[in-house]
Amino acid sequence: MARQGNATTVTGPRQAVGEMTTAARLTDVSKVFGRGSSAVRALDRVTLEVPPGEFTCLIGASGCGKSTLLSLVAGLEQPTSGEISVSSGQVALMFQEPALFPWLTAAGNVELALRARGAGRAERRQRAAELLDTVHLDGFGRKRPHELSGGMRQRVALARALAQDADVLLMDEPFGALDAMTRDLLHDELDRVCAGRQLTIIFVTHNVREAVRLGDRVVVLSSRPGRVIDEFAVPIEHPRRIDSAPVAELAGRITDRLREEMSHDAQ
Amino acid sequence: MTPSNQRSSVPAYAERLAWLEAQEAEPSADQRGRRLLVRGWAALWPKVLAVAIVLAVWQLIHVSGWKKLIFPGPGGTLADLWDQLRTGLLWHAIGTTAERAVIGFGLAVVIGSVIGALVSRIAPLRAAVGSMITGLQTMPSIAWFPFAIILFGISTTAILFVIVLGAAPSIANGLIAGVDYTPPLLLRAGKMMGLRRLSLYRYLILPASLPAFVAGLRQGWAFAWRSLMAGELLVIIANQPSLGVLLSTDQDQADMQGATSIIIVILILGILVHTLFSMADRAIRRRWGLTGTV
Repeated sequence: MARQGNATTVTGPRQAVGEMTTAARLTDVSKVFGRGSSAVRALDRVTLEVPPGEFTCLIGASGCGKSTLLSLVAGLEQPTSGEISVSSGQVALMFQEPALFPWLTAAGNVELALRARGAGRAERRQRAAELLDTVHLDGFGRKRPHELSGGMRQRVALARALAQDADVLLMDEPFGALDAMTRDLLHDELDRVCAGRQLTIIFVTHNVREAVRLGDRVVVLSSRPGRVIDEFAVPIEHPRRIDSAPVAELAGRITDRLREEMSHDAQ
Repeated sequence: MTPSNQRSSVPAYAERLAWLEAQEAEPSADQRGRRLLVRGWAALWPKVLAVAIVLAVWQLIHVSGWKKLIFPGPGGTLADLWDQLRTGLLWHAIGTTAERAVIGFGLAVVIGSVIGALVSRIAPLRAAVGSMITGLQTMPSIAWFPFAIILFGISTTAILFVIVLGAAPSIANGLIAGVDYTPPLLLRAGKMMGLRRLSLYRYLILPASLPAFVAGLRQGWAFAWRSLMAGELLVIIANQPSLGVLLSTDQDQADMQGATSIIIVILILGILVHTLFSMADRAIRRRWGLTGTV
């Protein structure tokens, strides 16, 4: 809960966000793909409130519309019905793939995000170096994406997302394609990055332990259509370990809840 | 004699041993140079062999006596080429042709890129002229010459006009394909970063289209080169020697050796430019990590 302690030490323009009770709010949001008989209801009347500074994990089996939900919050797609409001305009999104631009170096990728915000040349240089330093990639700025390992690429993607200086960071299974060791390291990294910032994070995963390891709250979605069926607060002190007993215990309870839901589906 | 020989062979052996040991340690500059030479030779010998086979078959046909009076052998032709290379005329002709190629292809690149950029972004324009560009691409450029000659007369402009018509559609289509096949994930990432419209185009879509654009350039070059050769044979301008003019003169004088020499020059120029495009293509692939080796 150290993270929420940080949330109160906000200064400057961010204060406006801090005063609000929610960083992102979804009210009765539904999303239907296609029309007529081939229509697929991906999300069904999802209502979700994310307070500023909270790390919310969305969990559910594949096909529960987790990624769709993030696309809606990101504004990449429009909901069929319902309302979505994000307190600040700036939203950053990280994908399962790093989605780095292969023609740019690691630093170039971060700098492009800064350029999109209108930062000047000198500022871009300096900020990109700082951000790469933050994700422990100092000295790798001049490497191209294909010269980096999967974990390093995802770190660059994180630095690039941070470069947008967004208040809300959406993460769509960002560590799903990494091996367990690398993922564990990146969990620590993410903890550290969050500790210094007033960041609201919505993190989608299908790994229950990962959700408990990282989140302040775990929201469970059902499959086809995606619907919020339950949520769990995570009252475990930081720093956490993914293999610690409290994490395993809570993850077990959440897994049971998910199983129960999936057996409903099977019937 | 014998004892002194034996004595001198001992230090030679020791030297060789030291040399062998040195091989196992750091490769010296000399060593690296030799390795490079070996690799260069490995890449070169198949090409040398291919040329040798062609020359051998050519010589065989010549020796067999088929169309003996007019069909030249490789020896005579290469000697003729050598003679021509030592006169100013061939170099002057190569200069004229190369200048036209550069200007014509340059114009085609500018025009093709502008059209490609506009068509790829403006939907009504694409609906209107998209298929026309592909149609133009299938048009044999030689068919444009009557049109060009009536319009511009027997002039360099007529040749350049046909080069542009031949090459620009391929270049435009290359750019359009590149824009269309920009990976959707990268587009999403770019939009999330706040890149919009022009900045999205400039910093994301254009660089992402580079490989397809280079492929379009390469194809455009092939069309430009063909159009140029056709043009130089059809549009013969007095006092302006070009490769086409030399070829046409050789035809008039039934100078088979001369004609074959010019054909060889044209072939070599084509291969050289093709190699340049391949190098550009490979450089991009290496930069993007699309090759097996880094």
